[in-house]
Amino acid sequence: MKILVCVKQVPDTNEVKIDPVKGTLIRDGVPSILNPDDANALEAALQLKDKDPKVTIAVLTMGPPQATYMLRECLAMGADEAYLLSDRAFGGADTCATSTTIAAGIRKVEGVDVIFAGRQAIDGDTAQVGPQVAQRLGVPVVTYVQDIQMGEGNVTVQRQMEDGYEVINVKTPCLLTCVKELNEPRYMSVGAIVDAYKKEITVWNHTDVALDPADCGLNASPTQVFRSFTPPQKGKGEMLSGSITDMAQALVGKLVEKHLI
Amino acid sequence: MAVQVIKDKCKGCTKCVKSCPFTAITMEEKKAVIGSACTGCGQCVEACPFQAIEKADDGKQAADLSAYHGVWVFAEQREGKLMQVAVELLGEGQKLAAAIGCELCAVLCGSGVEGLAEELFEYGADKVYYADAPELGQYTTDAYTKAIYEAITQYKPEIVLLGATHIGRDLGPCLAVKCNTGLTADCTKLEINPETKGIMQTRPAFGGNLMATIVCPNHRPQMSTVRPGVMEKASREPGRKGQLVKLTVSFQEGDIRTKVLEVVKSVKEMVSLTDAEVIVSGGMGLGKPEGFELLKKLAQRLEGTIASSRAAVDAGWIDHAYQVGQTGTTVKPKIYFACGISGAIQHVAGMQNSGLIIAINTNESAPIFDIADIGIVGDLYQVLPAIMEEMDKLPNASNH
Repeated sequence: MKILVCVKQVPDTNEVKIDPVKGTLIRDGVPSILNPDDANALEAALQLKDKDPKVTIAVLTMGPPQATYMLRECLAMGADEAYLLSDRAFGGADTCATSTTIAAGIRKVEGVDVIFAGRQAIDGDTAQVGPQVAQRLGVPVVTYVQDIQMGEGNVTVQRQMEDGYEVINVKTPCLLTCVKELNEPRYMSVGAIVDAYKKEITVWNHTDVALDPADCGLNASPTQVFRSFTPPQKGKGEMLSGSITDMAQALVGKLVEKHLI
Repeated sequence: MAVQVIKDKCKGCTKCVKSCPFTAITMEEKKAVIGSACTGCGQCVEACPFQAIEKADDGKQAADLSAYHGVWVFAEQREGKLMQVAVELLGEGQKLAAAIGCELCAVLCGSGVEGLAEELFEYGADKVYYADAPELGQYTTDAYTKAIYEAITQYKPEIVLLGATHIGRDLGPCLAVKCNTGLTADCTKLEINPETKGIMQTRPAFGGNLMATIVCPNHRPQMSTVRPGVMEKASREPGRKGQLVKLTVSFQEGDIRTKVLEVVKSVKEMVSLTDAEVIVSGGMGLGKPEGFELLKKLAQRLEGTIASSRAAVDAGWIDHAYQVGQTGTTVKPKIYFACGISGAIQHVAGMQNSGLIIAINTNESAPIFDIADIGIVGDLYQVLPAIMEEMDKLPNASNH
C-alpha cells in the first residue's frame, strides 16, 4: 500500500511578533516548520508502516526550493519518497489554484492508494486545500479525521464534530485530512537524518506535471488579495494600582458603574 | 493583480525584503526580485520608498457575471435544529443584500425539515430553496455538495455564505471547486464595494498577524465562510413570510461515497462560548489545571463560563472545546477576564471584540495589557478571591 501525505512548510506563526512602533511584522528569526497538522498526517502514515513494512510513504509539497529542508525532515521521520512541486508559475496561488497543482502532482506519483493531509495550515488556516484536491482527483474526502482504521479497499475513520464524532466508512482511494488529536508526531532519529540526505527529492515544474501556466498559480486564482494591513491595535486601557484589595474594589466599582454586574 | 518591480526605479534598499510576510522577495544584482511565494498581498508596494513596486491589474477580460443574482445563506441544520451561525449569516446577508439591492435567500438541505423554512423567513430570508431527501437527513460531503451545486447551477446566486463549522468548512471547499470559483475562509468582515457591487472579504491571515481583504472579481458565486459568533444575529420578525422553492434532488448508486456508521455525542457538556455573556479565561499563568476551579467559581458568580488559551489546552489542562482564539472559538462576551494569559496574537484574534476586557497577569509587560480595558498586575490566585470578596459586599450580592 502506498500512502501519499500532503505537507506544507509554514512560518511558525507563534513566533511572529508585531513591531509595536511601526505596526509591521517582525519576520526576522521566524523559523520555518513542518505544518503541525501535516505532522499528524505523516505520523498516521508512519504508524501504518510500523505495523506493515509493505507500506510505502510519499510526501508531496508545493513551494519554493527551500521547502526541500522540510521534505528532508519528513524523510528523516521515516517517509520513503519526497516530491516538490516548484515553479514560478505556481506562485501566488489561492486555495483553488493550489489544489489544481497538487492534484496534478499526485496524479503523476504512481500507485497511490490513499492520501493523507493536515486539516489546515497555520499560515492560512483555511482548511480548503485538502477537500479541494480530493474534488479535483475525483476521490471521496473525509475531513477532521481523529482516528484511522485501514481495511481492505476501504478505511473506517472517526470524523471530529463540535459535539462528538462520526464513524465513517469510505472506499479507497480517498483523501483524509487529519487533526492533532489523531496522534503525537515522532521525532527524527539521528540515523534517519543521515539516511534522509542520501534519498533523492524529486522536483517537478509545470511541464513535468502537464499543467498550462494559465491553469496554475496567480493566473488561475479566482480570489485576489485586494489589500492587506496589520490589524489596528486596540488602545491601551487603564491599569489599576494599589494593593490587591484596592484594585479588586476599583474593578468591582467599575463593573457596577457600567451596569455589568 | 500581480506585484511587479519596476527595475529602473528600484534602488536596492531592501525595505521590501523586510516588509514581505511571505519571504517572497530576494535581491539579485542589487534589485528586488519577487519570487514564487508572492501572494500579491501588496505589503511591499506600501513599504517601497521609491514607488518601484506596483500592483498591476492583469487586464483579464471581465467574465459575464450578469446572470448571477441574490445572496444565499447555507441554512445549516442538525437533527432538525437550525444552527445559530445560520441566523448570524442571515443577519449579515440582509446587510449585503440591501447594499446590492437584491434578495436574501436561504438554502436548506435535510429530510422532513420543511418547517425550518418558516423560521428562516422570520429571520429575514425572502426565499428558501429546500432540498428534501432521505439521503440529506445526515450530512455527507457528497450528498450536500451535489444538492447545493445543482441549485447554484440552476438559480445562479452571486454570493454564497456558509458557517465555518465542521460541516461548512467541509462543504464550502468542495462546492467552490465544483463551481470553479473562489472561497474565502473565516471572514471577519464582509462589505459590498459600492462601485463593482462585488463582495470585499476581510479575514485574518498569517495567524492573525495580518488582515487581508480578498475579492473574487471574475468568478461567481463569490463564496465566504464565517465563523460562529462573529456576525450579529438577524432579528426575528414573527409571522414574516417568504417564498418556498423546492429543489429536485435524486441520488444514484455511487453518488454518496462515504457511509456514516455511527454518530457519537461527546459526554462532556457542550461548551457554548459564543453565547456566553461573561467569560473567565485562563492561560499558562494558572500554573496547574486545578486553577480552572477558581475561574469556575468566578464564572458561576457572574453566570458565565470558563475558557482558555491555546497554551493551556496544549498543556492538557482543559479540553479543546474551551479554547478561545484563532484556532479555537471566536467570542464576544460583555465581560472577558483574561487570567494568566500573555495575550498571543492568536488568542487576541478570538476575543478582541469583547465588550470589556479585564486582564490579570503577574507580568506587567504581558501583551494582553495592550488590548485590555482594565489591567491588574498581580497574582490571579490573590486577585480573583479579592474580586469575589468585593462582590459579596454589594447590596444585591444575595442575587448571585
